[in-house]
Amino acid sequence: MSDFAIELKGIDKRFGAVHANKNINLKVAKGTIHGIIGENGAGKSTLMSILYGFYQADSGEIFISGQKANIKDSKAAISAGIGMVHQHFMLVENFSVLENIMLGAEESAILTKGITKARAELKRLEEQYEMEVDPDAIIEELPVGVQQRVEILKAIYRKADILILDEPTGVLTPPEADHLFRILAQLKEQGKTVILITHKLREIMAITDEVSVMRRGEMVATRKTSETSVEELAELMVGRRVLLHVEKGEAKPGEVKLSVRNLTVRDSRGVTMVDNVSFDVRAGEIVGIAGVAGNGQSELLEAIAGMRPATSGTVTLNGQPVDITGPGDPADMRRRGLAHVPEDRHHTGLVLKFEEAENAMLGYHGDRKFGQSFLLDVESVRKDAMDKIEQYDIRPPNPRLKTANFSGGNQQKIVLAREMERNPDVLIIGQPTRGVDVGAIEFIHKRIIEMRDQGKAILLVSVELDEIRSLADRIIVMFAGRIAGERNPDASEGEIGLLMAGVEQKLEAAE
Amino acid sequence: MSTPFAKLPVWVEYALIPLVNLAVAFLVAGIVVVFVGENPLEAARIMITGAFGSGEGIGFTLYYATYFIFTGLAVAVAFHAGLFNIGAEGQAYVGGIGVAAACLTFDHTMPWYLVFVLASLGAMAFGALWALIPAWLQAYRGSHIVITTIMFNYIASNLMLYMLLNVFKPLGQMAAQSRTFEPGGQLPKLDWLLSIFGLDIGGAPFNFSFLVALVAAFVVWVLIWRTRLGYEMRTMGFQPHAARFAGMKSKRIVVIAMLISGALAGLMALNPIMGDQYRIQQDFVTGAGFVGIAVALMGRSHPVGIVLAAILFGMLYQGGAELSFDMPEITRDMIVVIQGLVILFAGALEHMFRPAITAFFARASKSRSEAAAGA
Repeated sequence: MSDFAIELKGIDKRFGAVHANKNINLKVAKGTIHGIIGENGAGKSTLMSILYGFYQADSGEIFISGQKANIKDSKAAISAGIGMVHQHFMLVENFSVLENIMLGAEESAILTKGITKARAELKRLEEQYEMEVDPDAIIEELPVGVQQRVEILKAIYRKADILILDEPTGVLTPPEADHLFRILAQLKEQGKTVILITHKLREIMAITDEVSVMRRGEMVATRKTSETSVEELAELMVGRRVLLHVEKGEAKPGEVKLSVRNLTVRDSRGVTMVDNVSFDVRAGEIVGIAGVAGNGQSELLEAIAGMRPATSGTVTLNGQPVDITGPGDPADMRRRGLAHVPEDRHHTGLVLKFEEAENAMLGYHGDRKFGQSFLLDVESVRKDAMDKIEQYDIRPPNPRLKTANFSGGNQQKIVLAREMERNPDVLIIGQPTRGVDVGAIEFIHKRIIEMRDQGKAILLVSVELDEIRSLADRIIVMFAGRIAGERNPDASEGEIGLLMAGVEQKLEAAE
Repeated sequence: MSTPFAKLPVWVEYALIPLVNLAVAFLVAGIVVVFVGENPLEAARIMITGAFGSGEGIGFTLYYATYFIFTGLAVAVAFHAGLFNIGAEGQAYVGGIGVAAACLTFDHTMPWYLVFVLASLGAMAFGALWALIPAWLQAYRGSHIVITTIMFNYIASNLMLYMLLNVFKPLGQMAAQSRTFEPGGQLPKLDWLLSIFGLDIGGAPFNFSFLVALVAAFVVWVLIWRTRLGYEMRTMGFQPHAARFAGMKSKRIVVIAMLISGALAGLMALNPIMGDQYRIQQDFVTGAGFVGIAVALMGRSHPVGIVLAAILFGMLYQGGAELSFDMPEITRDMIVVIQGLVILFAGALEHMFRPAITAFFARASKSRSEAAAGA
């Protein structure tokens, strides 16, 4: 028997002109937690997809526990003992935990016998790995952290010895992430091998035994975690030295530019998404809204931007009241000096099938500079896009290229260039660096600080607590649609994490 | 997990794939012809010479193509705004009211080019009107436009029968049609256009509305890719949420896009009424509204593609007519089968061969780059 759970030899994969994996060699020792890091598009996901049978490698060999394996689909991967926990859970939301665990492993057409067996097996696994889950709970009623536990149990139930987790902490609160790490440590102790794909360097340092770094389709280095540092890993990922800490001076808050009072937003089903929220944003300061995704931040941003009618409350922009409960008019908000970088650039901020230049004017396409009449002046549209491409170093510098062909970081720069170059008084930004590579993150953070220093009022929403803590001058934490508390950025991560989990609120309610 | 994809060269995307689809459609059609007991190569020869072998054949082919350019453009304009207009058939039918009214009123007193202007305006107005109600229902009441436009085709059919019998039919006539227009209500033939190429139009009804169709195609190109309205329509079509973000008035755009779509469909009525029959009669649209859907699909909603696809379908109509004449075994219905196969492979199964072709070009580019690396 080999000491290696997984050995990859010379894995090579191309998608047309894209060379996604170049001659990858990787050894993952049994019973360890192995981290794989790299920027977006570095080839991590492709490599794991090959390992899990979604894609076939063009060349190269895979050995599982010393045996050469031919993984032609995910079924083969499962029978080879590989389990995968995807970034977006593969659970049937209205099924119970038990039903989800059994799905695809029912064993016979009549379920009764299988259910009894599965229930007993699930109980045994829960005890062995200390993961408590109610087998009869419905998935959609469970917190995200527990749903993820179900995913892990699903893999172990299928006798996985090797567990691949793809960006597992993206949707978790800090306490939930800690819990996950305890589970992973437990799995490791029981002899399982864990592969952790992430872009969060701190997690790598906290939990892995070894770490491999990918860059542009190549495996550039493998290090023992104890012998490396965050700085070295970041440099290996990007290929140059990276500034991990944002340099910023003292904020000089001026007059109130954006004032939100008693804002309540209900969605179409009548569920309250934002609950009686009030705050101010002043010129020259960044107010950060922290919180786990889905706690009302998105709805708050959309209501302020005029994209979603609020149920009640008032918003004052530049001293002028805004009709926030009406049907909303994002164009009017723009004219009044508000710019909005939406959370979801793929569906909201950009039209991916458009040429770059067409996206560079989205929302401002009525401007006279893009044409005097109903006709668009295509030359000036492209010239304007080219100016922004140069200022924001958007690559490739081609305003006629389809937006879908730009990398995540460059797509985000297209949105930022469009919204920032309008010189707005108030800038609201959702998830400024989601899916953006480390090099571009540095650039985007610098631009946001610059905007602040020019006296703009900035409201920043991010699920990355590190980002909020390094950029914001004040932090508002949202939980279940309400403001759970306000803290200074130097408050400890634990303190903010508890607010994000709604713990303090519960204590107050109990008193 | 993102799936990296390979970009195909433009000529593969817009020429090779449609041609492969078309070739397969004809191959399958050929097998059908064999089963009927005829020689498929001979059938193909008859079809192609029937459509392009003579001045008259070409005249007919382009006459049919004129129908499909208008209806194809109508479907495409709505499609760019994310709307599936199945109602071009009914909109073209009702558009006939505008043409007939202008011709019947002014054909004694005005030259054809003035009547033409009025007839065009009338056709567009009535076509747009017929699209307005489904559009309004979609935008403000959420009724699905596919359902409402289909329903409106039936309503149009009955409305037009009423109009023909009670308004347009002269007293004492048996047929459900108007009187024949005077020369003021007749569009000139384009015999001079074909004679430039030394062709004789013969009895083909190829007329001025073909040029109107080409102008309409150009106007649609300008609308979609060079105006603010077209930009907003495309944003809506691709990404409704982005349109909302950009502050576009979605409901208004739905209504305007459908009005333009209906107006284009309405213009189609010029071709048979003012260009060929010189009177309005029952069922003059003859399914062109539905063929327009296939034409728009095959032409990828681009005016150039639509003109080319319309000519292809014109060829199928004209060549098919010749074929059923020369090969009695092949009936009119068989021609419909062949047209159906083209629609199936070029429209509905458009992506069937794409993965194979993509893989082929991926291998080709790989071996090319390896050769470059070796050198």
